[in-house]
Amino acid sequence: MNPGKEKHFNAELEIFRGASEINPRFETFNVPFQQGASVLDALIWINDNIDETLSFRYSCINANACKECMMLIDGKVEYACLKKLQEKRSTLKPLPNKRLIKDLVTDIVPPKEKYSI
Amino acid sequence: MRDWKTGWANDNARIRQVLAPGHKIKRCCYVDFLNTGPAVARTLRGEVAKHKNIQRISGITIIDLVIKNARVAGAIGLNTETGDFVSFAAKAVVLAAGGLTQLFARNSASKNMGGDSHALALRAGANLIDMEFVQFFPIGHLAPRLVGMDPIMWDPFRYKLGGKLLNGQGKQFIENYGGEDGATYTVGRDLAAYAILKECEAGRGSPNGGAWLSFQHLKKEELEGAFGPIIKKLAFNDIDLTKQSIEVAPIAHYHMGGIEVDESMETCVKGLFAAGECVGGANGANRLSGNAIPEAFVFGDIAGSNAARVKASQNTLSNQDFEIAISHAMGDLLQPPSDNTLPQKQTSRGLLHALQVIMWENVGVLRDTKKLQKALTEITRLRNKVFPSIRPKQGTAFNTSLMDWLDIRNSLSCAEAICLAASKRKESRGAHQMEDIPVKSDKFTKNQIISERNGFLVSNWKEVQKLDFDLEVKSLAIK
Repeated sequence: MNPGKEKHFNAELEIFRGASEINPRFETFNVPFQQGASVLDALIWINDNIDETLSFRYSCINANACKECMMLIDGKVEYACLKKLQEKRSTLKPLPNKRLIKDLVTDIVPPKEKYSI
Repeated sequence: MRDWKTGWANDNARIRQVLAPGHKIKRCCYVDFLNTGPAVARTLRGEVAKHKNIQRISGITIIDLVIKNARVAGAIGLNTETGDFVSFAAKAVVLAAGGLTQLFARNSASKNMGGDSHALALRAGANLIDMEFVQFFPIGHLAPRLVGMDPIMWDPFRYKLGGKLLNGQGKQFIENYGGEDGATYTVGRDLAAYAILKECEAGRGSPNGGAWLSFQHLKKEELEGAFGPIIKKLAFNDIDLTKQSIEVAPIAHYHMGGIEVDESMETCVKGLFAAGECVGGANGANRLSGNAIPEAFVFGDIAGSNAARVKASQNTLSNQDFEIAISHAMGDLLQPPSDNTLPQKQTSRGLLHALQVIMWENVGVLRDTKKLQKALTEITRLRNKVFPSIRPKQGTAFNTSLMDWLDIRNSLSCAEAICLAASKRKESRGAHQMEDIPVKSDKFTKNQIISERNGFLVSNWKEVQKLDFDLEVKSLAIK
């Protein structure tokens, strides 16, 4: 058995906010976390504790099944649910090859499933 | 589904059928470890896409149904990308947005499993049935943090390898509760969940409030053989099963209750159908493993076929009908907050977490009369006092604050329905276990119906419809 005592760390996340017409900027959040936590865990923590308006897509939380949480983490395309948090500064940006909607949310709706009047 | 290339495990030309826990014959078909659901979803999605006459629309959250002349006439949605409201006219609607296990603090649910279908049905005038029956999976993953895996992953390995359940003192404990827990692992799910939580109550839980699951009695080679590629995923999470045990605990996994439908899968609201986990009644007081996907197949087919046969209604919806529907759906938002003295810091997400804790602690595996009363009082307060004081933040594009507000509104209705139903069933049956009334009572061999009347939830009882054939004989016939 292991002792079951997880150490706590702090991560600094520099996150893209807004959109081209909604005040584009970077905001920095300090997030406490336990060993093993994912970047998605940190984003949910920010929603719960600091800013409920920070937008990012996710559904399945754990299982890497929904594939919605893809974003640019330190310049690389990653699933936020699989990327482990590190005790350092990381930069999160929306996917570069998709149309930006807001914050970390891009247009990933298949073209044939788009709503149009 | 075979012809559509789902990829069922097979023996030559025959789809392989295995024995799932609780079943008497081999009838469980599967694709691969934890992959059956995704494979089925992918296959169906692919098939739907081939039909040019089926229009698919993504990115819309349905927030209410439109009812005209006592039948469903359409739906109102929020376009999440733009923040605009959109309206759909429809001769029939099939609700199929899944379960509500997210209402419990510990769950295996995705974010959208907060009971949207149930709440839409209630507001439209349909009934819910058997809401008190929630299934808890006994050994969901608890700690250390494990990503990239479904939290219900340990069960087949425990079954295959005889993983040992140990309490906080490192001792086996299932035997103390009347179960057997030798190398073969035969203890039922209900008993395992009960025993783990009882150990925690007695102060003998694991550090995070569960039990230890240990494979340390096995050699590295045995583990690698059985776990295969999963070993790498565990290593990615810094978990080495030869050196450590992991913590497991019961988690809300499936809801037997749901929307009440007739044999054509139609609710009491004309034109309104339901299918999948959001439907109640098919699984009685508890569900056997392996039944959720077949249920979606069989009843989804029936619901879809019958919805397609509904004749187009004579009454068409005008723009004014939709405007009324939107203002009805968003009415709470247009009114000023009910109580300005409440701390403005409360958010929809904060309210969800509070609700999850109440449901977990009082309406979970171990229920009793006092706990249920306490939960019902507290949930009614959250629904009537706290929720009306919350206002989502303004915004158009992907307004998470508004989406969370819409979610918690639905979740609160469902939580109250579960709690009310549980408090009325004064017995123990299936997944509804009352510690102060530990016996099953013939008086309650009935289905419970929850409906909304003038904004209040009410409970009524309905005689169970008895089947007129013998299940045992049927199963022998196809052996």
